[in-house]
Amino acid sequence: MSDEVIGRPDPKTPVSVKILRYKPGAIDPPRYDTFQVDADPLMTVLDALEEIRATQDSTLAYRHSCHHASCGTCAMKVNGKEVLSCVTNVLEQGTDVIVVEPLGTMPLVTDLVVDMGDFARRYEPAGLSFIRESEYLTEAQTPEGVDHHTRFESCIECGICLSACPVANTNASFIGPAGLAAYYRAMVKGDGEASDILAAVDTDCGVWGCHGAMECTEACPSQVAPGDLIMYLRREVVKSKLPWNH
Amino acid sequence: MNSNYHVVIIGGGSTGAAIVHDLVLRGLKVTLVERGELTSGTAGRHHGLLHSGGRYAVKDQESAKECIEENLILRKIAPGSFEENDGLFVAITDEDVAYKDTFLQGCAECGIPTRELTAKEALLLEPNLNPKTKLAIQVPDATMDCWRLPMRFFATAKQNGADIRPYTEVIGLLKQNSTVTGVHVRSHVTGKEYDIKADLVVNATGAWAEKLSEMADARVPVRPTPGVLVAVYGRWNNMVLNRLNRPSDGDIIVPQRELSVIGTSSWFAPDPDRLGLPMEHVERMYERGSQLVPGVKYARMRAAWSAARPLLGEASPTVGGRDLPRTFKCFDHKERDGIEGLVTITGGKGTTMRAMAETTSDVVCDKLGVDAVCRTREVVLLPYWAYYQ
Repeated sequence: MSDEVIGRPDPKTPVSVKILRYKPGAIDPPRYDTFQVDADPLMTVLDALEEIRATQDSTLAYRHSCHHASCGTCAMKVNGKEVLSCVTNVLEQGTDVIVVEPLGTMPLVTDLVVDMGDFARRYEPAGLSFIRESEYLTEAQTPEGVDHHTRFESCIECGICLSACPVANTNASFIGPAGLAAYYRAMVKGDGEASDILAAVDTDCGVWGCHGAMECTEACPSQVAPGDLIMYLRREVVKSKLPWNH
Repeated sequence: MNSNYHVVIIGGGSTGAAIVHDLVLRGLKVTLVERGELTSGTAGRHHGLLHSGGRYAVKDQESAKECIEENLILRKIAPGSFEENDGLFVAITDEDVAYKDTFLQGCAECGIPTRELTAKEALLLEPNLNPKTKLAIQVPDATMDCWRLPMRFFATAKQNGADIRPYTEVIGLLKQNSTVTGVHVRSHVTGKEYDIKADLVVNATGAWAEKLSEMADARVPVRPTPGVLVAVYGRWNNMVLNRLNRPSDGDIIVPQRELSVIGTSSWFAPDPDRLGLPMEHVERMYERGSQLVPGVKYARMRAAWSAARPLLGEASPTVGGRDLPRTFKCFDHKERDGIEGLVTITGGKGTTMRAMAETTSDVVCDKLGVDAVCRTREVVLLPYWAYYQ
């Protein structure tokens, strides 16, 4: 094995990355810093941030973990739109300047890091279990020792839907898309009593707080379609109140 | 309670997570510092395989035994954190078939349960497999969530009183003569620098272990050895699929949610912060992956990235990344470099995070004169949301 340093693919295209910076007491109020990066065809916004942190500004703070849209930690706004930065290709943005900002709704901690505790308090009460049945390859047999195929839930708890939701942005009490979708999934799976779940969401901070903007379904990177699930949940709430369903 | 002693752990990966959990259960006061988000190093971005150990059963039996033991323990202490569909080692060529007996013997020697399947049986389990499949061996592989599983360790430790500080970068070690007495850090939240004193410092920085140890004029031979991984759209298999042969590039497809992760390759990167991402390796993942599952050849790419194994071993142009063992080691720098107050844990695999922590915590307690047994084999971890409570 040679000692040659492996780089990234060619060709490289110079790109400006304009990042909103914030450090309480130090970069306060927030301001934009612009960095130059040589973007290659495979470079994602996360790769660009890594490059900037490693070679230009080690104080740049951002969240990341899996680098393949499975953990949800790298969610942020790129050119005004909520995305997972690890699967957002720099050159495919088609702009000379890439604007990078933190998610909305959740309080800002530093730079591109938001307080996921705010997401947790809206999401966790649904009690959605992490594992679901796998609806893939249902024609396949299961191996001996495995009852049925399972997979992780689609929601990767990234907060994109919460940031995109116009109601959540202005109402801290609204449970929000991810949380309501989680309640629906929990009900479908039997994680908890349906009557408890319906009671928890049958409020102005629950399903009736949603205005049907559907920004959440539009922005979700993981095919959860939370806006749709909120509507299904509304239907369940109404159904449960119909006299012939008592 | 031994909270008279304060241990600082540097590195918020899966190893750091398991160590902080272990030490807190043993009653120590623990602070963990991580320069970025937790698990933002190698721990977060590997393919998520909970190893049965089959991959190492022939050439690296120490690792294989560690894997199967930890595989069972992790399922017990972190229930509900795995896609538990088992795995297959698949023979496509005659050469693969010829490897079968060696493989089965290795697995038997390491205590890894196996079940032999005919081609027909394998294709009934995984219809997208190469129709040229000749046979397969079932093993207890599973998929772990690389972010949420370590976070369960952090959550449990935090609820038990650990002080966990992400966005806190160690920029120097505090020393008195040849004793490490703490860390000097910069917070990337406030921008401020400050000291954290410690009775012992644990270097759990994985691929960065050598860089960190140099701050103490100590040396640990860790070789950042990255590989490329490619995630494609679609869940092409429910079971983990491995190629039945010696470990090589692109010989595994791990399902995760609605993606399939093909991995991996291997090269040496002198700087763990700049791993590179060779296009030829990305193409190779498609080519090799499609030998197992032909359908992935035209599958749309979701992501291509690099992750660095922290391999133990001196940097050498002649020793390939696939020849270095995947076991782990805890270095006491008093013995190695005459430096007191510092231990380094490195090497290892995601699957063995708890065992690495047990070994390290034993060394830590031994050095501090603390008599406390490890309880991490039994304690069931809290859900990861507990971290935010």
